[in-house]
Amino acid sequence: MSGASELQVDAIACDGRGLCAEVAPELIALDDWGFPILRSGTIPAMLLPDAHEAVRLCPKLALRLVTESKHG
Amino acid sequence: MSSDPLSEARQPASAPIGDLSLLDLEPRTQLPRLLPDSFGAGPLSLREHLAKYGPLPAIGGRARPAQEVLAEVELAGLTGRGGAAFPTARKLAAVATAGPHPVVVVNGTEGEPASAKDKVLLATAPHLVLDGAEIGARIVGAAEVVFVAHGAVVGAVQEALSERVAAGLNQLHVTVVPAADGFVAGEARAVVNWAGMGRPVPTPSPPRLAKRGLAGRPTLVQNAETLAHLALIVRRGADWFRAVGTADEPGSTLVTIIGAVASPGVREVALGTPVAEVLALAGGLSQPLQALLLGGYFGTWVRWSEVGDLPFSAAGLAEVKAAPGAGLVAALPADCCGVTETARLARYLADESAGQCGPCVFGLDAIAAELAAIASGRDCRLTRLRRWLGQVAGRGACAHPDGAVRMIRSAIDVFGAELELHSSGWCSGSRSHVLPLPLRRQP
Amino acid sequence: MVLLVLFSLVIVLGVATRLGASLRRWPQFAVAELHRTLSLFGVALLALHVITAILDPYVTIGWAATIAPFMSGYRTLAIGLGTLAIDVAGAVLITSLFRTRLKYRAWRAVHWLAYLAWPAAFVHSLTAGGDLRYWWVALIECGSAAMVATAVITRLLSRGQRATTLPPIQPKKLRSGLVR
Repeated sequence: MSGASELQVDAIACDGRGLCAEVAPELIALDDWGFPILRSGTIPAMLLPDAHEAVRLCPKLALRLVTESKHG
Repeated sequence: MSSDPLSEARQPASAPIGDLSLLDLEPRTQLPRLLPDSFGAGPLSLREHLAKYGPLPAIGGRARPAQEVLAEVELAGLTGRGGAAFPTARKLAAVATAGPHPVVVVNGTEGEPASAKDKVLLATAPHLVLDGAEIGARIVGAAEVVFVAHGAVVGAVQEALSERVAAGLNQLHVTVVPAADGFVAGEARAVVNWAGMGRPVPTPSPPRLAKRGLAGRPTLVQNAETLAHLALIVRRGADWFRAVGTADEPGSTLVTIIGAVASPGVREVALGTPVAEVLALAGGLSQPLQALLLGGYFGTWVRWSEVGDLPFSAAGLAEVKAAPGAGLVAALPADCCGVTETARLARYLADESAGQCGPCVFGLDAIAAELAAIASGRDCRLTRLRRWLGQVAGRGACAHPDGAVRMIRSAIDVFGAELELHSSGWCSGSRSHVLPLPLRRQP
Repeated sequence: MVLLVLFSLVIVLGVATRLGASLRRWPQFAVAELHRTLSLFGVALLALHVITAILDPYVTIGWAATIAPFMSGYRTLAIGLGTLAIDVAGAVLITSLFRTRLKYRAWRAVHWLAYLAWPAAFVHSLTAGGDLRYWWVALIECGSAAMVATAVITRLLSRGQRATTLPPIQPKKLRSGLVR
């Protein structure tokens, strides 16, 4: 389960509700129209639980956590 | 050639790839390759097509193996002519190895309103494109082709297909579908979505089209012009294809030249031709120029003073952060207001959003409104505009917002002086717009 | 009775979640979580309710009737409606527990069945349970119905609108490092 994780958003499914930014503010901010701007780069291990919460809470299931496995 | 080209075409061709005699010609005289020598005659009939280009070599079975043809395409260095310039051989290989029941989708939509090259190609040489589609199908192992063609030329394509069927030359299941209207309708995923589900809007990626596209099958989406080049590479060989163009960007490409030129229209040029020479093909400048818009309405503005000598190629135009794109070369005369033109384009692009992604729908709309305010001199601080341009790029499901942002950013750079003027309440433009936009969508 | 109030609240919270309702101390995610928590709690109580009903020495309902509607000999219609409600609630529960593994559309289709489960449960509560002659029973029944009716009407009236109000277009300070 090792490897870099990053959040990705399905822009078509996303409705800009903003629950993700509520629970993971260090990872997700909202643009001027309420849509998520994701922090670039790997998620620090300390913030992974927040990332998982955000994925779980998205009402449209638009957020996903993508892990690059080191073993390819 | 005294024999009937049609009956020749029915026999499996044993001629080797590459008509070397064509290489003896001066590269310049090899042009045009795709376009007819003169317009106005209508599309080439099947007979005329075969007489001009020769029969389509067979691929697979007892004839040349598909792998070998693919290698030839790779050697030729053909890249996509739809705007993204993706290496064609790589795309073909990806679909060929992606799984069972691949399908070929020909993208003849040409959603870019100012571009006419695909329409002209399909109206004059539809058989070349159909040949290319067949080759693409043979290489990836597809038995089915869906040909999505712009409404203006769908009849010509249908006609050409009927000719092939009547002559017994058509061995694949080919369906011709009229393209949907609209700018994003020409985007590869939107074309597939239109062909499959009747919705001409982009779909999320992943999954890649090469793996799962039309009806969940591996899908090869190729621009019509790319397929036309493919049809000639298979007949004449990689060396012939590379005889014009540059080493890194070989071959010829179709361009649509509009604006302040004497005879605007579609021309065929070798990649790497100096931009000034490209404009000369359209009769040269009809007025002094201030700038060019290159690639498409999603492309890049460049100052005329900086671009005239540059080669028309990705490498050559990279210097001014531009690219050949979909082949649009729009010449903006000096007495036109670049800011107003940009504002018009921005509003068009915002209205043409597929409407699926928040940043594109709201962001482009806000940006267009801001540009309209700037163009009319109401408000000229660029802070909000720059902020929104930064927020919108890269955050949609397709490249539509990215293209709009790129075009607008380049405008801010190129028309800096005009922007200054607008902020003090003046506009230097003395003529109304030059870039064509549809008044409304077709119902 | 408790169950009726509970699940009526769950529906109200569900609509509130969908409409992006929030208070200063209750951001959207809190509303969503409350909806989830109460519904799970409700399911637990529901299990108790079913078990006590089956084990009740005074009536014969039978285990089969807990899953298949209208199989009980005793008050067939009333119990049957209750069973129907449980069946649907079960489907909603399972799909919601595995929400992230399903397609959004599939999950939503099943979730909307909750609007079917509630009326079944409501009629069940009237016919199989409480006696309206008691004032507090009548109050609970009316109150619950009013809550749910309001929620449903609000939900129907807001179809097609964006769930959250657009934030005002003003420069907002983005936390540093947040780019995309």
